[in-house]
This record gives sequence, structure tokens and C-alpha cells, in this order.
Amino acid sequence: MSLKKISKNQPEKFEFSHENIKSADQIIKNYPDGKKQSAVMALLYLAQRQNNNWIPLSALKFIAKYLNMPYVKVYEVATFYSMYNLSPVGDKFIQVCTTTPCMIRGAYKLVEACKEKISKDQNKISDSGKCSWIEVECLGACVNAPVVQINEDYFEDLNKEKMCSIIDKIEMNEQPKPGSYRGRTNSEPENTRKTLMDVKNA
Amino acid sequence: MLKMLNDKDRVFKNLYNDQGSDLKSSMKRGDWLDTKDIILKGKDWIINEVKDSELRGRGGAGFPTGLKWSFAPKEVGNKPHYLVINADESEPGTCKDRDILRFEPQKLIEGCLIASYAVNANKCYIYIRGEYFNEGQNLQKAIDEAYDKNLIGRNACGTNWDLDIYIHYGAGAYICGEETALLESIEGKKGQPRLKPPFPALIGLYGCPTIINNVETVAVIPTILRRGAKWFKSLGKPNNTGTKIFCISGNVNNPCNVEEEMGIPLKTLIEEHAGGVVGGWENLKAAIPGGSSMPLLPKEVCETINMDFDSLVEQKSGLGTAGIVVINKDQDIIKCFARIARFYKHESCGQCTPCREGAGWMWRILERMAKGEASKDEVDMLLDVTKQIAGHTICAFGEGSAWPVQGLLRHFKKEIEERNNFNPLVNRDRDLPYLVDQHKLDK
Repeated sequence: MSLKKISKNQPEKFEFSHENIKSADQIIKNYPDGKKQSAVMALLYLAQRQNNNWIPLSALKFIAKYLNMPYVKVYEVATFYSMYNLSPVGDKFIQVCTTTPCMIRGAYKLVEACKEKISKDQNKISDSGKCSWIEVECLGACVNAPVVQINEDYFEDLNKEKMCSIIDKIEMNEQPKPGSYRGRTNSEPENTRKTLMDVKNA
Repeated sequence: MLKMLNDKDRVFKNLYNDQGSDLKSSMKRGDWLDTKDIILKGKDWIINEVKDSELRGRGGAGFPTGLKWSFAPKEVGNKPHYLVINADESEPGTCKDRDILRFEPQKLIEGCLIASYAVNANKCYIYIRGEYFNEGQNLQKAIDEAYDKNLIGRNACGTNWDLDIYIHYGAGAYICGEETALLESIEGKKGQPRLKPPFPALIGLYGCPTIINNVETVAVIPTILRRGAKWFKSLGKPNNTGTKIFCISGNVNNPCNVEEEMGIPLKTLIEEHAGGVVGGWENLKAAIPGGSSMPLLPKEVCETINMDFDSLVEQKSGLGTAGIVVINKDQDIIKCFARIARFYKHESCGQCTPCREGAGWMWRILERMAKGEASKDEVDMLLDVTKQIAGHTICAFGEGSAWPVQGLLRHFKKEIEERNNFNPLVNRDRDLPYLVDQHKLDK
């Protein structure tokens, strides 16, 4: 179970933007009549995106009202799942996978890079305010290990040096390029590809 | 060199995205060809053909797919039926579904149409793990394309069958890969598994009959029906038929995903496709054959083992998701498994006490063992604890967290004991009221 720290500084009011009201109503329609509660996870994501990548308690209350469910049920969902941030994170939220397949390919070197370049502790926003980092469990891209997820994008086949250059780019307001950092195509074997060669060369 | 699977027998021809994943390119590869004819052959024919192909679920448990489908009620009663696709891929070492979602989405969508027709469902939910946001967006694009061409939606493919497909994102909970936890999650609750029975095939999503399949399982269905059960059965070996995407990660020179025949030797996969173990084959320490939940195989077994359900069960392991993690001698094997134990500690949903408390307990003691700080008798005690977790929980998470530790103790007990040679000053029989020393009872 993940332990969640809920931010001490909470904005008083939260409301969905006009666009998000529209998206929320569209999402609710995906589920059968009377099963509005199913939309709670998607609505929490909407709130998180709208509020700079974290969800304040007032948003939980707003969603509870919106879906006509008890506040504590929304709270229960928001604290159960690890991807809902209940405290502020950096604009670029760097999640370093350190589960065994990534670990044995050097994931802790990436953690070192984050510690040196961003902040000594997890979840502490860097001095520039641009990013924060956290260790996460398996991101499901094990053949491209070690992997880091920054907001929605995956950065694959990294090492410490490349991780540092990614963080530098973020600090300089540039967009680092997602994907493999050894230049291979997706999850193909790098030098020893023996299958589907005619489509590759087509 | 051993014979490799012929390219023309591969199901996933765009595994590395050489050709693009849009509808037009997918159709060039043969997706959606004669789907109407397949469906018009009827539900019984489809289910029988899938049964005949001996396809076993690709999500880890290996349950026969045709049999699972036949559990759905034949007639729709007063409750609608649902098809749910499990794309909550989070097992460490596994990343096959990600590539299907990214590069072969039309295969999955076509499979959804056929499967939902076979089990009488008009609605299909695809549950994607939250981290796969981009993959989900790609799938949504593919779904929209399919709606546009009326391949799904009302009167899909002109078959008079209506199908709506919706994506539901998870939010970073491994346990939601367990089918009943996944249903709870779609219902907007925290993902804690349900007691079984009742099984989801009768009482599932919103209390309605629900069939839950893995992404890879459903994505191979159209190809099986098009080329015939006989073709599928000609690959692999009896009861372990067909092809499978293997993910080879860890200490290999070229980690990769590759589709191969079931029953291919592990050594061939590692040597031919993944470029060999880092430091050479002799540097191999152990391999996890099917995602982190499956007990590891030591080098002696890796020499000869074939990768299929039955061969691996004989070695007290399992094919699981076919996510192979190769660990070489440069790694500290105890540390590797301590990290896996930490994964399970983090992901336990907290519903059953043996798992909630035991997962953290195993992690802490393995960390101490990695440092050589545990005493001799704690090695036996660790085995006791794993036995008190496995089989004593609502879902298979208990087994999933205990088996890797049991595998480690089975094959590397000597190494652990050598490192943890320490004898406690006071040597006495422990009499802890809350912990039964199972090994003493067994004697």
C-alpha cells in the first residue's frame, strides 16, 4: 500500500473548467445509467490535469458532488491509487522505475542523477520549481530498461549521463525527446534482429 | 542453430512498428478481412474453433479461452453481458501488451468484436493501466477509425451486431490486474479483489455476466479463426499451442520482445534473439521465466528448459506472462529478490492480513539477508512465512508474492545461509504466540 501525504496548503475552492465539464459529461455517458460512480477515476485525472498535476481536497469534494457519491468514497479512491498526486509536484514529474528488471540495468544510477540534479529527497520540488522526482514500481517497459516516465512520456534505454542531459533540458525549458535513448526502434533487439526482416527493409 | 518461427506464421507482424499502426496499414496486413463471414458462422462455431485451437489465456494463468467463453450464459437474460479486456499490464518483466496497444490496436479491436459476439456482449471495456496514457490515446484513435468505417458500433461490419468499446484508465495499482479487482475499479471503487465464487462469468461487472480476457489472448483470436484452429495447433505442442510474445529483459545484450512458438527452448530465446547473457552464457546466474511472480530457474535448468506452460510447471515454476528476466552473476541475487519483495509490499491492496503484513515482512527480512544480518534460523522462518501467505488470501497475490521467495530459497538457500551465518547469542526455542513454526510441526 502506498502512503499518501496530503498537502497542508489547500486551495479553498475547486471547480471544473468549462471544457472539463464537457469532458466529464462525455465520460459519464460511457457507463450505464445509474453507474455514474464508475467515472470517478477519469474525473480525478481531469482534476489533476486542470490543477497543475495534483488534486486538492476541494476537488475531491467537487467530484463527490458531481457524481452524487459520498466524499469519503472519492477520498478512498484518490488515496488507494498511486497515480493521484495529493500534494504539488513539479511541472515535469519524473518517475524513475527501480523494480528488479530496471534495477539490474542501472536504475539506481538514474536515481543518483535525480538526487544530484533535482533534490536530495523524493517529492521535493527542485529549486527552479520545474521538476520533482519519485521512485515508482514497474512501469511495464522492461525490455527498454532502465525507464523513466516524465508526465505522460516514456524515456527508455537510459544511463546516468543521458538522464542528466534530460534534466538539464527540462531546466532550460526545452522539451526532451521521448523514446529510446540508444536509438533503437521500439522493442526490437538492437543488433541481433532476425525476425520480420522483409517488412523492416520494405 | 535451431529452427525459428517462420515470418508468415507470426500473428503480430507489426510488433516493432515497421509499417504503422493506422487502420489502412493494419488492413494491408490482413486485419478486418472477412470479419463478417467469420461472425456469420455463428457463436457455437467460433467458440468451438477457439476450444479446438487449445488457446490458453496469455495473461498469466493460462486458462483455456474457449472454455472460459462457454461459461457465459447462452441466452441474455434480464442483465446485459459485458466483455472486459485486461490491459493492466504491470507484472515486472512484462511489456507485451504495450506493443499490441501501440502497434497492433486493430487486431485487438477486431478480437473484441468477435469475442463480444461469442459471449453475447454489446459493451466492451478495455482497462488500461494509467501509466500507458499515450498507448491508450493511440488505441482510442484506432477505435475512432474503426467506428468511422463502421467496423464497430451499430451493425458492426454489417453483421447486425452492435458493439461499443470504451477505454477505462487505471491509476497505478498492480492489483487491478486481478480480474475481480479490475471490475471493482471500473465500478469506481478501490481495487480490492472479490471473493470467488460467484465467478465473473455469471456475476461480474455491475452484477452482470462478464468475460475478462487479456489483450494478447483477444488479439490472436481473429488470426486463429481466419487461418483455422488446425494451423494454430500445428505450432507449439499439444495443450501448449500457438505462438506467444516473449519479453526478454535484464542482463542480456539485446533485451527485446519477440514472438515465437510455444515450447521454444529458453536458451534459444536468450542466445538467438536477445544476443546472449551479458558476460557470456557461463555468467548466467538464474532466470525468471514468466514475470516476477514465477519462481526463478537456476542455470542448470535454464540450459534445457522449454518455454511452455506444462514444461515450466514440471520445474515448479510457470510460464505466467512469458516475461523473462535474466539475472547474471554480476548481480546480487538476494538483493534482486528483496527488490521484488518490495514491489509486492508496495502493491498489496491490504485486504487480507497474511498478504498485507507478510509482504512487508518478507521484504524487510530479505533486505537484512542481502546485508548478511539475519540469523541462521531466520532462513527457515522465512520459508514458513511464505507458506502462511500463499493459499491464505482472497486472490492469487498471496502466491504471487510468496512464490518468488520460495523459488529463491529452493535454489539458493546455501548462498543465503553462507552469508547469514550468524548465530544468536541466546539459542532457545522461540515461543511466539502469533507465529507457528510450521517446519517444527511438520517434523
